[in-house]
Amino acid sequence: MAIEKRSTPMLDQLESGPWPSFISGIKRLRDEHPDERINEVTNDLLGQLEHSYETRKGYWKGGTISVFRYGGGIIPRFSEVGDTFPKSREFHTLRVQPAPGNFYTTDMLRQLTDSWEKYGSGLTTYHGQTGNIMFIGTDNAGVQPFFDEINEYGWDLGGAGPCVRTAMSCVGAARCEMSCTNEQKAHRLLVNNFTDDVHRPALPYKFKFKISGCSNDCQNSIERADMAVIGTWRDEMKINQDEWKAYVERKGRQHVVDNITSRCPTQAMTLNEDDSLTVDNKNCVRCMHCLNVVPKALHPGDDHGVTILVGGKRTLKIGDLMGTVLIPFKKLETEEDWEELVELAEEMIDFWAENALEHERCGEMIERIGLVNFLEGIGVDVDPNMVSEPRQCSYVRMDGWDEEAVKWFDRQAEA
Amino acid sequence: MAVEMREPIETGSPDPFQYMHPTMRRNFGMWKYHTHPQPGVLLHVADHGDKLWTVKAGTQRILDVFSMRTLCDIADNYSDGFIRFTIRSNPEFYVTEESRVQPLIDALEGAGFIVGGTQNSVASLSHTQGWLHCDIPGTDASGVVKSMMDELIGEFKAADMPNRVHITTSCCQINCGGQGDIAINVQHTKPPKINHDLVSAVCERPSVVARCPVAAIRPAIVNGKPSLEVDEKKCICCGACFPPCPPMQINDAEHSKLAIWVGGNHSNARGKPTFQKLVAAGIPNNPPRWPEATAIVKRILKEYKAGARDWERIGEWVERIGWPRFFELMELPFTKYHIDNWRGARKSYNASTHIRF
Repeated sequence: MAIEKRSTPMLDQLESGPWPSFISGIKRLRDEHPDERINEVTNDLLGQLEHSYETRKGYWKGGTISVFRYGGGIIPRFSEVGDTFPKSREFHTLRVQPAPGNFYTTDMLRQLTDSWEKYGSGLTTYHGQTGNIMFIGTDNAGVQPFFDEINEYGWDLGGAGPCVRTAMSCVGAARCEMSCTNEQKAHRLLVNNFTDDVHRPALPYKFKFKISGCSNDCQNSIERADMAVIGTWRDEMKINQDEWKAYVERKGRQHVVDNITSRCPTQAMTLNEDDSLTVDNKNCVRCMHCLNVVPKALHPGDDHGVTILVGGKRTLKIGDLMGTVLIPFKKLETEEDWEELVELAEEMIDFWAENALEHERCGEMIERIGLVNFLEGIGVDVDPNMVSEPRQCSYVRMDGWDEEAVKWFDRQAEA
Repeated sequence: MAVEMREPIETGSPDPFQYMHPTMRRNFGMWKYHTHPQPGVLLHVADHGDKLWTVKAGTQRILDVFSMRTLCDIADNYSDGFIRFTIRSNPEFYVTEESRVQPLIDALEGAGFIVGGTQNSVASLSHTQGWLHCDIPGTDASGVVKSMMDELIGEFKAADMPNRVHITTSCCQINCGGQGDIAINVQHTKPPKINHDLVSAVCERPSVVARCPVAAIRPAIVNGKPSLEVDEKKCICCGACFPPCPPMQINDAEHSKLAIWVGGNHSNARGKPTFQKLVAAGIPNNPPRWPEATAIVKRILKEYKAGARDWERIGEWVERIGWPRFFELMELPFTKYHIDNWRGARKSYNASTHIRF
């Protein structure tokens, strides 16, 4: 039976133009998909979306939907205008955790697509802003069987609500010469240690891990991860002088001064008279600029590790916060090193879960209680790399100075 | 009798190596350098000489099963059956011989996808769910992106900006789209309209009171029913109360506007990461194509391309030329709303005589 197509004059205007149109895609599901259920769901979805465009308002409401034994992982959506658009009245999204780096074989993408077609609207996004595969639009009855089917061949739900969220990591060592750590391993060790906290939301609010292989921070981890793990190195950067000189010869000395040496944030580069390069590695802050410009000549050193920052987040509630350095350099080489990384995450999450207010991100809690109280709570020693500069305000009680100074010198002696 | 439920297998994030191109598996952690042979294409060379070309494509992001299968067909026919998605939702395809690059590009473009988005291009807009799926959106997301990318497709394909440009959109002030060199975000301008008949039944009132960033919400009895009231003089119209309390409707066809922010940058290259700053507001939320917002974005890109030095991101360029000059170039008003009054605002005040004339 042919369906009566919703009139969508405003959405139709999004079908013209050179960029691929999501409206054309949804219409194709309505008009060409062999399953009548999908035709009807997408027809009413288009109807509701057109209604939003006309009235400039959203018409979805949340609710509580999950799968057996879990509490989260689904974004429930019930339509407020379901009587008018009944076939898309229930339109829930399942968040599914991808592999670190978002790698797929076409076989696996086809298998996931086939499963989704059986139970859902046929719409997906790879991936949402938190990093999940978004299977967009199924009804109450479709959630459990779709999850059961894909869970059977290796896919699990991600986080939604106040819980540990799906992690994100860059392409990393798989295809990037800047990579200074095993992003895939860090990603899976961290997030998969907390599967219970991912699936059963019981924390003050969300907690996100993001892993970038270098300071270019392609995963935006400093800006939006509660725990950011970023690859770095502590020995000297590697310079292939032949490649460097070839670059200088090709581009000219002026170009190199204007674009590379003068742009070094700590003035750590000298272009020598013979066109070779000298780097003051003690003052290099591993910003990545020169490596980005001349990737053929300049490379990270060999003594790899990670910098760990804590407390990045978006606007709600106290305004955007960047992460703060917690561990300036952590070697991730032995299995013991990796265990320590996970233990640090456990310490942080435990302390935050016990001390945060409801709906308070880790960075907001640190803002409220002070970085030093947080450090003492999780057993991490202070380090001058944690601040841009020392205290400016003299209004502070310092009668513990002598003991604190002894602690510092003792730690220096141990190192 | 109870139905037997299947126990979940709590595997979490799966092993990526099973889905990785064999050249990536073989050279894991052993890449030497990369080049950018043409827009949309990267060439990575490994220590032992293996070469891998990456071709990146822009899509509509909300992928229907037909489009997904087309992407899979292209990967099967023209590359090696592997796809990776970038953080901005672009699929990447991989080949190990240079001769296979152009046929892959032709296949992608022939199917309507757009090859580009590498290095110093305007990358695909990152966006959220909007009216298609979010419960609190002030605008659409996919439609804004489609409209803007139709206009910015040349910049996506060309890679001729001073440095890369990341544009983001967010449909509410929580800003899920994230920080961007340019961010187009909903900005509400009126306090929520409260349906007092529903509040006590729908909302957990103490949580709603706690959610307000400026303590403008208090419990009240209205028309004999427990409800909430908003001190409209204190209210900053952020909409934070709306998600936990839908009867406090913040979205408004007329008064929910768009604002544009610039200078967000996640990278540590040259300077430390930066947050975006307000430049324009009061922009109409005007579906289906949002022409007013797109015009401002295009103007920013034009001035940035003309004025910035190579490698300067938008925020770095403005930092160098100064904000007064930026507003002058853009012919945008500088208003009292541009002066921050939030936590840490003092850090943004000019405590010096550094002034450009």
